[in-house]
Amino acid sequence: MEERETIIGLEIHCQLDTRSKMFCGCSTDFRDDEPNTHTCPVCLGLPGSMPMVNKRAIEFALKVAKALNCAINEESEFSRKNYFYPDLDKAYQITQYDKPLAEWGKLLIDGDNGEREIRITRIHLEEDPGRSVHMGTTDRGKYTLIDYNRAGIPLIEIVTEPDLRSPKEARKFLNKLRATLEYLNVFDSEKEGSLRVDANISLKGSERVEVKNISSYKGVEKALTFEVTRQRNLIRRGQRIARETRHFVEARGVTTSSRSKEEENDYRYFPEPDLLPLRVASWVDAIDLPELPDARRERFVSQYGISSEHAKTLTGGLKLAEFYEAVAPADPALAATWTADYLLGELNYRDFTIEAMPRELFKELITLVKGDAITDKSAVEILRIILDAVKEGKEPERPQAIVDRLGLAKSSGDQVTQMIDEVIVEQPAAVADYYAGKMQALNFLVGQVMKKCRGRADPGHLNILLKEKLDKKV
Amino acid sequence: MAKTLSFNPDDSVHAFLTTIPEVTYGEGPLSGVTVAVKDNITTKGIETTCASKILKGYIPPYDAHVVTLLKDAGAAIVGKTNMDEFGMGTTTENSAFGPTLNPLDKNRVPGGSSGGSAAAVGAGLCDLAIGSDTGGSIRCPAAFCGIVGLKPTYGRVSRFGLIAYANSLEQIGPMARDVSSLSKLFSVIAGPDPRDATSVDRPYSHEPLKKIDGLKIGVPEEFFGEGVNPQVAEVVREAISTLESLGAETKPCTMPSMKYALSAYYVTCTSEASSNLARFDGVRYGPGLDSPKSWHEAYSEQRKEGFGKEVRRRIILGTFSLAAGYFGRYYQKAQTARQMVRDDFERILKDVDVIAGPTMPDIAFRLGEKSDPLQMYLSDILTVPANLAGVPAISVPCGRVDGMPVGLQIIGKYFDDERVIDTAYAFEQEGV
Ligand SMILES: [Zn+2]
Repeated sequence: MEERETIIGLEIHCQLDTRSKMFCGCSTDFRDDEPNTHTCPVCLGLPGSMPMVNKRAIEFALKVAKALNCAINEESEFSRKNYFYPDLDKAYQITQYDKPLAEWGKLLIDGDNGEREIRITRIHLEEDPGRSVHMGTTDRGKYTLIDYNRAGIPLIEIVTEPDLRSPKEARKFLNKLRATLEYLNVFDSEKEGSLRVDANISLKGSERVEVKNISSYKGVEKALTFEVTRQRNLIRRGQRIARETRHFVEARGVTTSSRSKEEENDYRYFPEPDLLPLRVASWVDAIDLPELPDARRERFVSQYGISSEHAKTLTGGLKLAEFYEAVAPADPALAATWTADYLLGELNYRDFTIEAMPRELFKELITLVKGDAITDKSAVEILRIILDAVKEGKEPERPQAIVDRLGLAKSSGDQVTQMIDEVIVEQPAAVADYYAGKMQALNFLVGQVMKKCRGRADPGHLNILLKEKLDKKV
Repeated sequence: MAKTLSFNPDDSVHAFLTTIPEVTYGEGPLSGVTVAVKDNITTKGIETTCASKILKGYIPPYDAHVVTLLKDAGAAIVGKTNMDEFGMGTTTENSAFGPTLNPLDKNRVPGGSSGGSAAAVGAGLCDLAIGSDTGGSIRCPAAFCGIVGLKPTYGRVSRFGLIAYANSLEQIGPMARDVSSLSKLFSVIAGPDPRDATSVDRPYSHEPLKKIDGLKIGVPEEFFGEGVNPQVAEVVREAISTLESLGAETKPCTMPSMKYALSAYYVTCTSEASSNLARFDGVRYGPGLDSPKSWHEAYSEQRKEGFGKEVRRRIILGTFSLAAGYFGRYYQKAQTARQMVRDDFERILKDVDVIAGPTMPDIAFRLGEKSDPLQMYLSDILTVPANLAGVPAISVPCGRVDGMPVGLQIIGKYFDDERVIDTAYAFEQEGV
């Protein structure tokens, strides 16, 4: 039986990186502070308090809307989404409902079958609720602590059309979106909980399932892959797929059904009477968008002459792109190869971001490689030594110092010639074997020279030199 | 230099929920003037309950904007006044802490919901009072207690710190024994506030004028129709003749939208209230329940115990109006009707400067007289139109029926509170 098409749509909540909260003056920089220290009557929802809109948050959201080619609505409106939950202090969330800030946008992604346009349904502004911390394990000992530091952090919700065709595409969309938000300087992806995703997924012809509570980039692909398999298996066994909401359990990599009463809410939306309608469409003209990922990729290809593939990788994150541009002067091509093909892998292995690698040291390393002073093998070794030092919280050594300390300098031509001569004298039997036509003897002799120079020569090059020398003797 | 005064009123009408025995006050236009504040306006360090059990013991950590303004003007805030719980009522009988009595006849209600504020001023316990008016809550008790009360144009006074019942309808306003004092209090509390997005930059600095030559007064026939006590109507008609004798012209008019006004009002205010009052769940305020129940159960128990009957009724009505499948038939329809009320005012106020009629269809009820909620709701018919439209309206005493005061209501154009006050002043100067 032919496999049914996978249909995925995403709802992405991103915290906007403003200095103060959505509807009050409290600072958003709470992550290192005690619970409930970044609060005021407004974000605590104290009786009598009223929201006032943070202009920066609107500007940030408009930037995103413009970058995603959305139409900004002439008039948009805040609404109340009413539901009871202990960490929702007003018992309603101020959000946008039937009149969102912006609609009908698009984002170009590198899809499973080439470039594809993913349609954006809408973008709207809202506030984050507080955070519940559930304590205790047994039913009797259970209690919940509530931290309102997060309450009122500005969020944008970005909703896509069901245009994504695989979990991998969903991940790619998110990566592209994240890069775009970073380039706009409105979002800090490294802050814990700064991005949360709900995904709608169905197999063509079957009911749609909503997966909630995905809070990491990797989690999205995992959760959706699990769902695709689960739904395919159900269909294979001739079972019906229930239209339902499921939760992603990150630790186990599975989704579980959550058909509890708490999920069946009637949010009773109505316009927020304490706020005036927003008329901000005209603001968008004054917004100058920075260079976005696609434009930067094209510039990297033309300005640095690197491959499109490398350029795509290197523009995939703002900090990565900035890193590359800082180290490119050493040698654009080598810098691209060494960043994209070696450094990223080493960083990933250590769970590091690009900021872990000191730019000056990386530049020096590229210069050493370019000057043929070290082999690629030595360069990788140096990279690892530097990153391991960073990991241990030590001041990393400069690449040249590591070369000197470990004697990693590539042997010079004269030294190699001398060593070849020595080996020919020292290994008469192998030399005889070579002349007798045993080609393995050459490999043995190369190995002997490598041993002498402790690996600081290029084996392919040695092979040629040795062969030349032996053949000349005949 | 801060000064103090002692405040120990003989509060036989139960106007106050909280009194401040030693009041500190400063310099300013209201220096040493005693002002009572309705208990739905937050006062830093002073218990603020909205006359509800669910807020018993709640001491706000901040002052409402009007309270800050009063303090800055040197006013002596002497206490918090009784009210219908969360403002939901027309008699101040719906207080969790017992009713307030009418100072002129203790067998009667003072009106509501700002009944405590009106009674405190009416009984002479303090000079001035602050009330709030969602559907007549300042004007009704002003009329019943024989004092002056103004519902300002929506947006003219900051609502920051007013514990919301129905945000889109209500305004904080001044209450006083005469128009000059009311005007003085209004000049202190009016003006913009960045913390209230719906507040408007229209400060008030006006001395009431009694010259109303050529003033055009619209008299809607609906204000004298069915349900209005004929004796009350008669007193008000005489008051309007007095205004004519002062040089005003009257013009009969009609407000067809009046027949939708009460429904539009009750759907809107209960919808907003159902959302505003949802935060009172026992987690942050109120007595709190310390039982190992699921939070859903704990919430319902807390809210059932903490809210009075009328509050629960309105929360249920509002929840229903906003529910999926009913929103279009109730909330949205109410907004359409509301627009019709606005349009009526706009049309009438193109031809006339102010509209005049009775504030209330009757004199103060006897305690317990309006036990049927629907009967009670009907008595708001003359006051809710101004809230639905957001226009200013004042009630000024204009005579008596059976020994009880009758209020003349003057309604004006948006931000024309000055003219409304002048008209009341002209009548007061001549009519008394
Ligand atoms: Zn705050």
